[in-house]
Amino acid sequence: MSLLSTLVSQVINGLQSGSIYALVALGYSMVYGIILLLNFAHGDIIMVGAYAAWMCMVNFHLHPVVSILVAILASTLLGVIIEKVAYAPLRSAPRLSLLITAIGVSFLLENGAQLIFGAGAKDMSASMAMFTTGPSITLGSATLSFPALLTIVVSLISMAALTFLVQKTKLGKAMRAVSEDMGAAQLMGISLNSTISFTFMLGSALAGIGAILYLCAYPQVNPTMGSMLGLKAFVAAVLGGIGSIPGAMVGGFVIGLAEALVSAVGLSVWKDGVVFAILIVVLLVKPSGLLGHSTTEKV
Amino acid sequence: MNNTLGQRRIPMPTRYLINLVLVVVSLAVLHYISAAGIISSYYSKILMLVGINIILAVSLNVATGYLGQLPLGHAGFMAVGGYAAGIFLKAMPMPNLNRLPEGTNELAAHLQYNAYLALALVLAGVVAAIFGVIIGVPALRLKGDYLAIITLGFGEIIRVILLNIDDVLGFEFTYGASGLKRIPKAATVTNVFVCVVITCAIIHLVLKSRHGRAVLSIRENEIAAESCGVNTTYYKVMAFTLSAFFAGVAGALYATYVGILQPSTFGFMKSIEILVIVVLGGMGSMLGSVLSATVLTALPQMLLAFDKWRMVLYSLVLIIVMIFKPSGLLGTYDFSLSRVLEKLLNRFGGKKKEVAK
Amino acid sequence: MKIRDEYDSREKILPERDKGSTPVMEAIGLGIDFGGLTAVDDFNLTVGRTEICGLIGPNGAGKTTVFNLLTKVYKPTRGKILLNGQDTAGMNTIQVNRAGIARTFQNIRLFKALSVLDNVLIGMHNHISYNMFTSTLRLPTFWREEKKARERAMELLSIFGMEQHAEEEAGSLPYGAQRRLEIVRALATQPRLLLLDEPAAGMNPSETAELMENIHRIRDEFQIAIMLIEHDMNLVMGICEGIAVLNFGKIIAKGTPAEISSNPVVIEAYLGKKKEG
Repeated sequence: MSLLSTLVSQVINGLQSGSIYALVALGYSMVYGIILLLNFAHGDIIMVGAYAAWMCMVNFHLHPVVSILVAILASTLLGVIIEKVAYAPLRSAPRLSLLITAIGVSFLLENGAQLIFGAGAKDMSASMAMFTTGPSITLGSATLSFPALLTIVVSLISMAALTFLVQKTKLGKAMRAVSEDMGAAQLMGISLNSTISFTFMLGSALAGIGAILYLCAYPQVNPTMGSMLGLKAFVAAVLGGIGSIPGAMVGGFVIGLAEALVSAVGLSVWKDGVVFAILIVVLLVKPSGLLGHSTTEKV
Repeated sequence: MNNTLGQRRIPMPTRYLINLVLVVVSLAVLHYISAAGIISSYYSKILMLVGINIILAVSLNVATGYLGQLPLGHAGFMAVGGYAAGIFLKAMPMPNLNRLPEGTNELAAHLQYNAYLALALVLAGVVAAIFGVIIGVPALRLKGDYLAIITLGFGEIIRVILLNIDDVLGFEFTYGASGLKRIPKAATVTNVFVCVVITCAIIHLVLKSRHGRAVLSIRENEIAAESCGVNTTYYKVMAFTLSAFFAGVAGALYATYVGILQPSTFGFMKSIEILVIVVLGGMGSMLGSVLSATVLTALPQMLLAFDKWRMVLYSLVLIIVMIFKPSGLLGTYDFSLSRVLEKLLNRFGGKKKEVAK
Repeated sequence: MKIRDEYDSREKILPERDKGSTPVMEAIGLGIDFGGLTAVDDFNLTVGRTEICGLIGPNGAGKTTVFNLLTKVYKPTRGKILLNGQDTAGMNTIQVNRAGIARTFQNIRLFKALSVLDNVLIGMHNHISYNMFTSTLRLPTFWREEKKARERAMELLSIFGMEQHAEEEAGSLPYGAQRRLEIVRALATQPRLLLLDEPAAGMNPSETAELMENIHRIRDEFQIAIMLIEHDMNLVMGICEGIAVLNFGKIIAKGTPAEISSNPVVIEAYLGKKKEG
């Protein structure tokens, strides 16, 4: 393969993983924007979504399309329940306590999954075949495979839908108002609880979609699959400017592409190192991230 | 020190003396029971792990509880210290204490052995402290969550470097993923205990001074601290470096406890584990860190009976404590033996006076 | 040239005793822009060595911004600040404090979880001279210095009769006491110019009267200059020797309390035009 075609196919890989990172990063970013919480359990919602899909397809033999809908619904519900049970009681507590609670939830989900399903990975390549095989597009000597195409298209549609929800609907407006100033938004009659639930719902639904797209690329589930994926997506959210929706999308693609390009030049073992190095450089140059707003303290 | 309320106080040097006597006595007891084989090797292993975790938690508490920052890369400093000590000890001619050649002076061999260990611990601390400065200077320009994230990034980079540096430089240094093996297992219950005491003492002595007050003032209100002429940048880096130093020492003890180091041990989750200990104990409470490190290290062992359920229970405990006691078990309360003695003294003295009346 | 002329004429309003010696602080053509907004502009002021000087003006006039400029919390866009005749360009908040400016804050910034005594001791940070080595080994110098510092801190607290609260948590003090503690902490840094941002805010009339007395006493005892922002006109007119009035970021009047209270421009700035009043 020529250098160019290697490059093109790696860029395609980068776009594919980048769009998954972006979807997951959106969840981190929205939750941070609204309650200033680094929601460490977000990555594990992906894992639960993936297990839900696996159970539907392999245990209950449901149709793949029904299964993925159930999986997305399960992730969405889980996100809302976690917020109600574990985070809502801590709304006036120090932020660090909230963070530790999120870590606790993350531990609980991972260990719970291990308890129920065992530590081993479950293979899903047969059940996911419907989504992984299909027409591909040839670009010169590189090919845009069907799962890659599906991933990129689905992500873009989801992001467009999210942007519409946040910009045009009443709940979206409420969400933006709360993230701007929680106190003032409440005084304007916005219900804090339902707005926060809505935010978790949106973020977790995107995580559910992310889980399915992740399975298209790597069709197996295990209890810790969410942690590294979550961490990378989290880096993407910070990189783009945590709290910023377009920032999360940009950050996701930057991380995906950076990883792919590092692998393309044969340094794949340094992939994680490069991702974190980019993060550090961006934070030092522009601490609020690529598209974030900086805030100053009033003296 | 005169008290305005006219209560009796134990003068300062006496307070230190009381504590010193207590430490020496408990050290002697501990040394005796571990040497005499009263505690099994299983329990002594748990005790060592408890000690290492205490050092990690107390040192992280300097940066979180006292300085008020949230670093998430503590495991990185631990790794650096561990590898530094491991590589150093492997290069040194450590005498094999179990099979000394005929005619060697046993005492001299023991002294030599422990001198190398002490040197390794200091070296580990210094190397980690250097990393603390290198990372702290840029990272501490950021605040709050951003500081947390950037230190997380540095911690992960340290792990990736340890994993791959041999391949890049063509050395046999860290042995990458297969791990640095056959590090002399020099850690014993006694020397871990000594390290715990020294760590707590130094951190206590540094913090109870104008330097410590400067660190606390940054936590309380950075702008006011600057307006009082406190060099905030200097004291942030100082506290961060102090924290890194003892994380390095803990890493070295860990290396000599397990005998093998792998980069994957020192991932992001390890940093989180230490943070959990600190927060659960109460930020800014040294006793809290000590107790919480003890409980959280021993708990999973005690829950062994529950087998698969133990990690689930552990996470549930974590969530429940946070929901019902968000400031941690002890908040910022710090234990002082002298204070308790003073209370008793005052109560006792007060009664006497009443009788005299 | 114009700045120099005005500067010379400003000397005239200094109290008689401060004339001839270098002023503790001179601001010359000071200004700051936030984005496109000019918050303070062309701010010229001279404060005499032992003067009590008031900075008044309607809300949002830029008074606190002036304090933030003097203490380098904000970097000035234009102009110069001289402390004892020395240019402070390039200094940061910490260096300005060491050069002799201490301040209190409008929205109280105490070290809330620490004891009252510790708050004052932190103010004395740069005047306690043992190093890290000495303190960690608890050498005699450490004990001596700490003892001296504690005694001094108690003395400072006694200005406001707060010594019996030394062990209490600063955040648990009543509001007025917190304001007083901030003044003590600022004094502990041994300033030559003390900036008080609304020291009487939230105090009742008797507390304010006591505060006025204490401000006088601090000036006399420590022989320092005090500059204060205050809305309580009784306090300002009662203790200030010179007053500057700020409106929309610019000084609109300067003079003695008598001159200021009869100045029509000042009355207009405070009460608006007659029709609205």
